[in-house]
Amino acid sequence: MSATINEVLMEARGVGKRFGGVQALKDVSLTIRRNEIYGLIGPNGAGKTTFFNVLTGLYQRDDGDVLFEGNVLNLTSPHEVARVGIARTFQNIRLFGNMTAMENVMVGRHVRTHQNVIGAIFRTKAERAEEAAIRRRAEELLHYVGVADRAQDLAKNLSYGDQRRLEIARALATDPKLLALDEPAAGMNATETAGLRTLIEGVRADGLTVLLIEHDVKLVMGLCDRVAVLDYGQKIAEDVPAVVRANPKVIEAYIGTSTH
Amino acid sequence: MDIFIQQLINGLTTGSVYAVVALGYTMVYGVIQLINFAHGEVVMIGAMVAFSVIVSLAGSGLPPLAIVACGIIAAIPSCMIIGYFLERVAYRPLRHAPRLAPLITAIGMSIILQHLALLVWGRNPIAFPQIIDNPSFAIGGASITGVQIAIILLCFAMMAALTWFVFRTKFGIAIRATAEDVRVAGLMGINANAVIAATFVIGAALGAIAGVMFGTYYGIVHYTMGFILGLKAFCAAVLGGIGNIAGAMVGGILLGLVEAMATGYIGEITDLCRWPGGGTSFLVERCADGGNFVLFGSNYQDVFAFLVLILVLVFRPSGLLGERVAERA
Repeated sequence: MSATINEVLMEARGVGKRFGGVQALKDVSLTIRRNEIYGLIGPNGAGKTTFFNVLTGLYQRDDGDVLFEGNVLNLTSPHEVARVGIARTFQNIRLFGNMTAMENVMVGRHVRTHQNVIGAIFRTKAERAEEAAIRRRAEELLHYVGVADRAQDLAKNLSYGDQRRLEIARALATDPKLLALDEPAAGMNATETAGLRTLIEGVRADGLTVLLIEHDVKLVMGLCDRVAVLDYGQKIAEDVPAVVRANPKVIEAYIGTSTH
Repeated sequence: MDIFIQQLINGLTTGSVYAVVALGYTMVYGVIQLINFAHGEVVMIGAMVAFSVIVSLAGSGLPPLAIVACGIIAAIPSCMIIGYFLERVAYRPLRHAPRLAPLITAIGMSIILQHLALLVWGRNPIAFPQIIDNPSFAIGGASITGVQIAIILLCFAMMAALTWFVFRTKFGIAIRATAEDVRVAGLMGINANAVIAATFVIGAALGAIAGVMFGTYYGIVHYTMGFILGLKAFCAAVLGGIGNIAGAMVGGILLGLVEAMATGYIGEITDLCRWPGGGTSFLVERCADGGNFVLFGSNYQDVFAFLVLILVLVFRPSGLLGERVAERA
């Protein structure tokens, strides 16, 4: 049961979050190991997205600690999240709609470059070289997720599936250690979901760790190494998919035993 | 016809200055949806600093263009510092406050800057010293001066440079990303505070140059000049679609042209002697021997910018190039 410290990439210890009188998360502890695909599921309103937002620094937690690579995360502004190596996508796609697909991915490279207005204005040699490198990397990533042919189109004009892929490319551009995907398969058809699955497996094969929130239980069970289940803001199970699926608490949470 | 060409030239000159000042409003608005009403005052201080330098160097025997260049070079960093200071002190602490609060501090900062300028430079205008002979060239019955040519060229060069910066460099991409979604841009590793401060500083630098040119064009600068210039540039930004960089440029030039044309023709149009059927004996007497009875003269110049503002707000609130507000939300 005990994982050695260097295997753990991210750890939540007793995380709690309240909105006014509502306890959205209560005492959630879990560990995400390096290079695994970790699923987070739960019925609607279970607190998945809230937990996700706490992990990625969009919300401040009220209780507990989040550790990333053994260090407690105390994020005061969002750009620090990218710097430590966490990148995410959004349930409701949040691309920069009026920028091209290429530019969207270039934004993601920003964190790994030296932003310098003076250099940008005077076009220093280093600046030009860096920009060329950014463009190259952005092109590679667009190829990687399979939207290279739409590189010069505005993001808002891409198809839904392509937008999802582009958002993943943009997240990958920050060179994350942990890629956190918030319901990436939402609204996708079977073919698009299959493509997404291949893409996520590829990301893991390249050495990244993936955290996946998903409604599509079939996708999660087939793809994830381990799965945690949230219900009413609390973790009710965490294990390999086969065990979680057989857990009576999980079945109860999903099917329900009483009328509501 | 020569009035038309003359006013076209004059309108293009003031319009290109409006456009550059309007860029300062529109960039800040694009990123944080705040009207920085103190921007006109930043422009004024740029002009005052530059003129102080120009006046003190006027007797030094340096070539005139070098003196003006020194003035501009002194004005740019002064305004950049003020722009940064404004954002840091007056707006950043109120970033998450209701939108009315930063608007009020903007007006407050505007008053403070104006009165600081009054303390430093006094209430008398500073005149541009007679160091440049300003040649004028004839074009189709009208004339264009060397200063006008310089202003138009410099303004267009600045607009081109800014467009290139915003659309072609990675820092420009960061600015546009922040303008679209601050939080997501943050998650991509963009330091929103740095980007916002940069828009203030860039806008202030452009404004500094615009202020010097405006002062040079009219020959004097004064501590209250930022108010009306700022308001007109704001009108220009709204006309083009506030938050839209191309819109500020189009709006500024259009506003300059509208103002010049209206000023050029309003006397003729409102001259009752030219109206048909002027029957009263008083008018007949006045109009005899080529006399006139003008209702509104060119002193109504400042009205037109605000007339345009009202028309835009009534008929196309999102501006000429702006998106519909509903689409943004």
